[in-house]
Amino acid sequence: MTKVLTDSRSIRIKGRSFLAVVLSPDLPLDEWLVLLDDLAARSAGFFLGRPVVLDVSDLAIDRAQLKSLIEELGQRSVRIMGIEGAKPSMMEPGMPPAMKGGRPAADFEVEEKEPQPVSEMRNSAPDKPAVPDHKPVVTQSLVINEPIRSGQSVIFPEGDVTIIGSVASGAEIIAGGSVHIYGALRGRVMAGSIGNASARIFCRRLEAELIAIDGVYKMAEDMDPRLLGQSVQLWLEGDAIMAETLI
Amino acid sequence: MGKVIVVTSGKGGVGKTTSTAALGAALAQRNEKVVVVDFDVGLRNLDLVMGAERRVVYDLVNVIQGDAKLPQALIRDKRLENLFLLPASQTRDKDNLTPEGVEWVIAELKRYFDWVICDSPAGIERGATLAMRHADVAVVVTNPEVSSVRDSDRIIGLLDSKTLKAERGERIEKHLLLTRYDATRAERGDMLKVEDVLDILSIPLIGIIPESTDVLRASNMGSPVTLADAKSAAAMAYFDAARRLAGEDLPITIPGERRGIFGKIFGRKAA
Ligand SMILES: Nc1ncnc2c1ncn2[C@@H]1O[C@H](COP(=O)(O)OP(=O)(O)O)[C@@H](O)[C@H]1O
Ligand SMILES: [Mg+2]
Repeated sequence: MTKVLTDSRSIRIKGRSFLAVVLSPDLPLDEWLVLLDDLAARSAGFFLGRPVVLDVSDLAIDRAQLKSLIEELGQRSVRIMGIEGAKPSMMEPGMPPAMKGGRPAADFEVEEKEPQPVSEMRNSAPDKPAVPDHKPVVTQSLVINEPIRSGQSVIFPEGDVTIIGSVASGAEIIAGGSVHIYGALRGRVMAGSIGNASARIFCRRLEAELIAIDGVYKMAEDMDPRLLGQSVQLWLEGDAIMAETLI
Repeated sequence: MGKVIVVTSGKGGVGKTTSTAALGAALAQRNEKVVVVDFDVGLRNLDLVMGAERRVVYDLVNVIQGDAKLPQALIRDKRLENLFLLPASQTRDKDNLTPEGVEWVIAELKRYFDWVICDSPAGIERGATLAMRHADVAVVVTNPEVSSVRDSDRIIGLLDSKTLKAERGERIEKHLLLTRYDATRAERGDMLKVEDVLDILSIPLIGIIPESTDVLRASNMGSPVTLADAKSAAAMAYFDAARRLAGEDLPITIPGERRGIFGKIFGRKAA
């Protein structure tokens, strides 16, 4: 007992950032849930074990509706780690905690206004007084010299990812910027994952299970068969993923 | 100090146990001291394939728990005096394998044997990661079909992250052993092509073992195919794989195809 009392260890509290998938439902909710079921059916396990944040910023719903939405998601094994953009009146004890803003917003007090997507924060003009010395955003690069194996994920919200090798079926790359694969892309790639519509995906051989840019996704079966096996680049125009063969 | 090999795959039934026994007996016939270790606690099989099931007194778990000394648990092969088996327990469960215990056993075995060959259980859980933990070399056993290839890919990822070598920032040597290769089915296009498997897994190939009733027959007799039927095509392929493991550089032959392309495939993967 005395031993424990004299123990000088302190509790360590550390900050750590995780990349969460943000779900932003639209009204009517039942239609949105149908779309979600469709995505889940075609990409089994997409939400399993992944932190999911529910963004209800622009959603005109009340507490009861939010509660039933969380329940609906729970029945689909989508576990919500936090709720973004909810008015206090929508929340009640037992709901996942409210979350505020993305990383750039963490250092200063946001007045009671709607949280903005991270990309807008980044591009916002420096006339916002709350942002202390707004430095230019330097995109970072992650280069991996070996194939990405089934079951592995590379998560790099800071910038671009380059893989010198293939990305296996069952592997995934999630990048804040563009993704370059000097090999076959057989797994999943999500580029521009924290809101960057100008991110692109390049690969030597397209055989992907899923590709996404800034949240707009395409499954294997939605891809033009003529692109399969080709050297391809993919980019976003509005809400459409465009593709062309390279060389 | 001996070399530790893990024979692994992710998927079950692809030929890990068969290959462990066949490679062990092939290396032992080169006058090297070999021990094959069964890590498949609860589903032990290696003793059957080695024909030693009636001679098991103590097992790996007994040694780890201190109920028996390591030499008491080792079973010497009746045909090859420098081939030994360390059996797994059939009755205990795999939670009895502690990381410290495994580490100690492997370190001891390395002192006395040239080759310590660990037969991994299927899966990617504790049993499989413990079996690979101390390996210097991995033999990734794969059948030419999609699910086996994907599981092997997964296992290669674990080899590159969960082994002691990987944690120290070193590279674990990995070799692909393609087993149960059926030349007629390959011709009909019912199986993945050798090139496609190599392209997906991108690790060097050490052998292609044909699907063959000789293997089944040898196993049922309680003998590695490299002992029971040394002249069979499967045994010859295992002998060659063993020579490659020992560092020899031999061209690979695809069962049922003419020579010529093999050098090309092997050369490309070695790059
Ligand atoms: N080359 C082969 N030809 C025919 N049968 C084989 C061959 N290799 C393995 N087998 C058979 O396949 C089954 C599974 O093999 P086993 O070595 O026990 O696989 P694992 O240890 O990977 O589960 C056994 O019945 C074995 O005899
Ligand atoms: Mg086995």
